[in-house]
Amino acid sequence: MLVSYRWLNEYVDLTGVTAKELANRITKSGIEVERVEALDRGMNGVVIGHVLECEQHPNADKLRKCLVDLGEGEPVQIICGAPNVAKGQKVAVAKVGAVLPGNFKIKRAKLRGEESNGMICSLQELGVEAKVVPKEYADGIFVFPSDAPIGADALEWLGLYDEVLELSLTPNRADCLSMIGVAYEVAAILGREVKLPEAAVSENSEHVRDYISVRVEAPGDNPLYAGRIVKNVQIGPSPLWMQARLMAAGIRPHNNVVDITNYILLEYGQPLHAFDYDRLGSKEIVVRRARTGETIVTLDDVERKLSEEHLVITNGREPVALAGVMGGANSEVRGDTKTVFIEAAYFTSPVIRQAVKDHGLRSEASTRFEKGIDPARTKEALERAAALMAKYAGGEVVGGIVEANAWREEPVVVTVSLERINSVLGTAMTKEEVAAILSNLQFPFTEDNGTFTVHVPSRRRDIAIEEDIIEEVARLYGYDHLPATLPVAEAKPGHLTPYQAKRRRVRRYLEGAGLYQAITYSLTSPDKVARFALETTEPIRLALPMSEERSVLRQSLIPHLLEAASYNRARQVENVALYEIGSVYLSKGENVQPAEKERLAGVITGLWHTHLWQGEKKAADFYVAKGILDGLFSLLGVDHRIAYRPAKRADLHPGRTADIWLDGTVIGFVGQLHPATQKEWDLKETYVFELALAELLNAESEAIRYEPIPRFPSVVRDIALVVDENVEAGALKQAIAEAGKPLVKDVSLFDVYQGDRLPDGKKSIAFSLRYYDPERTLTDEEVAAVHERVLAAVEKQFGAVLRG
Amino acid sequence: MKERLYELKQEALRRIDEAKDVKALNDVRVAYLGKKGPITEVLRGMGALPPGERPKIGALANEVREVIQQALEAKQAKLEQEEVERKLAAEAIDVTLPGRPVRLGNPHPLTRVIEEIEDLFIGMGYTVAEGPEVETDYYNFEALNLPKGHPARDMQDSFYITEEILLRTHTSPMQARTMEKHRGRGPVKIICPGKVYRRDTDDATHSHQFTQIEGLVVDRNIRMSDLKGTLREFARKLFGEGRDIRFRPSFFPFTEPSVEVDVSCFRCEGHGCSVCKGTGWIEILGAGMVHPNVLEMAGFDPKTYTGFAFGMGPERIAMLKYGIDDIRHFYQNDLRFLRQFLRV
Ligand SMILES: [Zn+2]
Repeated sequence: MLVSYRWLNEYVDLTGVTAKELANRITKSGIEVERVEALDRGMNGVVIGHVLECEQHPNADKLRKCLVDLGEGEPVQIICGAPNVAKGQKVAVAKVGAVLPGNFKIKRAKLRGEESNGMICSLQELGVEAKVVPKEYADGIFVFPSDAPIGADALEWLGLYDEVLELSLTPNRADCLSMIGVAYEVAAILGREVKLPEAAVSENSEHVRDYISVRVEAPGDNPLYAGRIVKNVQIGPSPLWMQARLMAAGIRPHNNVVDITNYILLEYGQPLHAFDYDRLGSKEIVVRRARTGETIVTLDDVERKLSEEHLVITNGREPVALAGVMGGANSEVRGDTKTVFIEAAYFTSPVIRQAVKDHGLRSEASTRFEKGIDPARTKEALERAAALMAKYAGGEVVGGIVEANAWREEPVVVTVSLERINSVLGTAMTKEEVAAILSNLQFPFTEDNGTFTVHVPSRRRDIAIEEDIIEEVARLYGYDHLPATLPVAEAKPGHLTPYQAKRRRVRRYLEGAGLYQAITYSLTSPDKVARFALETTEPIRLALPMSEERSVLRQSLIPHLLEAASYNRARQVENVALYEIGSVYLSKGENVQPAEKERLAGVITGLWHTHLWQGEKKAADFYVAKGILDGLFSLLGVDHRIAYRPAKRADLHPGRTADIWLDGTVIGFVGQLHPATQKEWDLKETYVFELALAELLNAESEAIRYEPIPRFPSVVRDIALVVDENVEAGALKQAIAEAGKPLVKDVSLFDVYQGDRLPDGKKSIAFSLRYYDPERTLTDEEVAAVHERVLAAVEKQFGAVLRG
Repeated sequence: MKERLYELKQEALRRIDEAKDVKALNDVRVAYLGKKGPITEVLRGMGALPPGERPKIGALANEVREVIQQALEAKQAKLEQEEVERKLAAEAIDVTLPGRPVRLGNPHPLTRVIEEIEDLFIGMGYTVAEGPEVETDYYNFEALNLPKGHPARDMQDSFYITEEILLRTHTSPMQARTMEKHRGRGPVKIICPGKVYRRDTDDATHSHQFTQIEGLVVDRNIRMSDLKGTLREFARKLFGEGRDIRFRPSFFPFTEPSVEVDVSCFRCEGHGCSVCKGTGWIEILGAGMVHPNVLEMAGFDPKTYTGFAFGMGPERIAMLKYGIDDIRHFYQNDLRFLRQFLRV
């Protein structure tokens, strides 16, 4: 809502309060003033001039040479490029020395050899937004009414010595979509009176019922429909002050009748529509839902298909307006209109919202109906409009109002006690303070022993319950006066849940291990949605996606992590190590909330470690990724329950991928990207992993129990075993540990060899075995016996032989 | 003879002094103190002296021997010391060469902000509640006093999946969910961080996915002044002692009264700067007293219980705290961006 300071001053005395101060006070008490704009934009030296002569410029086709009387001294010659400049016009002239917006100084000049002493201005040149400039002046200079005084300050006549406050209204404050509504708000803030406009009409002796009847067939959508006939109007421009106010409020002036309806819309917040009575094509108005297949050509010359969800104004046969949104072209007020039917109606929000949505039409009128108007002011607005049409369009108001009125004002009475106000706010207000605030709001009330009974005026439809009154009191009392306290309650300590605490430890571990935390989008494209997923379902698709790229909910974190890696690589960051903890979304059927499962995923590519001047350089590989996971499993105390098993998964290298098992369940995988997939994301050798985080974090980890530190020396024996190349080191190690029980305490692999010194198809794997008995020092014989047993076991199971 | 001994002493001391290494020093030792050395020789020749002289010369010879011996030892120690020093000097390294790097990663800046805020409220007795990102229309809107057809819920602004299911547009659904779990009995004291989604085109200030932190306290006798005190405490812990807050009236369907909360600018101490756009204040929170309809729908009696709720955007806080200028940075995962958030 754009509010002219000077216009507002007509309803509330703003003496002593500048526009800036007013803006601050309005903002502090609840309605944000986004900006205050001075319409004069630093201009000066612009006067009303009279074009005495106007002839073609001798050297330029598009220029005119004008002689202009500026009301002082000799008339001056001005060269003007506007196509509409003509002899006899009253125009805005920026004199030599004048300043226009943007600190543009007007100087004496020569244009194609002809002297020019100033500039004849368009409204745009005077800082008026092009979209509100009247159409006839849109491509040329502005022309004042012929009675405008020569030499007078043009900016004053155009109402540009004014400031406009732009209010940003929350949906509950639709009452401030009108000057009168804003006036009540400002009056409450300043503690001043509201002066309402004059709405008295003088009628002729005829009666409206002889002209028109009204029938509403959809009273739910249209509880109140009222109208008046104004005859013998003369269509022409509206008074300049009215045009200026409309432009300041962001509305383009058209003609006196249409401008008056818009003026009333701004003043009362009541949208009106003016029909050309003679073009209505009947003597009746019927308001009803449209019929499927019906159409209407609206004022903007667009043919619109209607349905039963839309409300229309008809002449009994066909629609003449899309109710509350836009009039029909067939009954539009034109230059030759003689008799006007003014409609003032209350349309309810849902039916208007539907029409706005279906037709993509949002207007000043529809916005107000959507947010809710005050039906108690509908007829008053109609009266004022008729009065103004009589005054400014030379009309004659036909006696009486035609109406269909099913609306009954429901009184809203709210009671609230002083004690409740103070206990909700934490304040110590007195009865008198609360009473003063209610009086300033002009809410009628009674007070009995600290209990206020408030009769809420219909203009404040947002107020219905006790809390609404408390809020009004609080905002006008001023939140700066609210004390700052802390809740008085037993102090129970806060905490993270065990899951949350563990998840934080996982984060810190991964970061300590060298991974950066990424956060990627949950929405992805259908072609990526199920790739890499540990578990898939029918994708969950948005009803109305903004793009295909973000149309379904992800089932794995890896695709977007690969995108991040690729994004980095494209920016010369080749070494990437990222992890993410986030949800994937698995459908449980239509219209049911999906399962949201937390995953932990990572991507590693490029060099893992470099320390070049000492000759160290290590590219990321499978074992780097696996090592990080190993550490994680140890941290969570599940390492002994984890197994890696070779696996084949789409998009992953078939020989370099392992499923990760926790007890008997696959909880994740780690692997190298398949070369084709790598290429697709424009990556080099890349490793990824993804784990089901909840399964991992919820796995019971054994409580820590101290084990005595060894008191006796242990014995270490190394063995190198030659086996077939397809024997898994993990299996071999397990067999050794098993066979060595209970004396073999640790088995660690320290070498793998395959090459010239071994037969084809063979490899050697070397382990270090630590023998230990907590009760005593082992003898060589005891160790040797177990060692033999181990060798026998691996020979039997794997055909392993000691490497000679 | 006396002269001869003095001479020998001077000569030996000179040669000790001249010795450049342990070997040269050994030569001196053998030359002067050896069995065939000149001092021994002098002692042998003592027989030619009158008996009265002998003890004197003997004593003198021993004294000379002693002096030489000591000089030798001192020199020996000195040479050894020099040897060690030479060896260490040869082992010197360039300490300005780079150390072997330890790999470091760090949390995402949003996680840093969220965890900091979580900890801060945990310190004030809150617990952390998390909930589904794919919500029902009921919890996302209706339970928050936004019935179907309410102007503040525009279909166009939300990512619906079906008529009843959508991506949550705020973390507020956790208010209703948590209260329901408490079955009408306070106190409730939670904060809920999480991802939320809006139908916005991504640009420097908008993101279709972002994060929010919601706070909720419901108990008997919770006052709006408690909200002010709590948020002031929070602002001071997050942005520094000396911060102040102010409430500006606002509107949210699920709170009443509703306010927007500004914190005095931490950059300019309220004098006005580019961060606060010259106002001295920065808007960081929306808050208010829980609307009685919300309490009632979640099973709390609004006559007995009151509560406050607040919500804030970690993106905005991170942008303010670290001077980040574009919200898209948070979701691009550019390492050149992420790496800047290592320091604690
Ligand atoms: Zn500042």
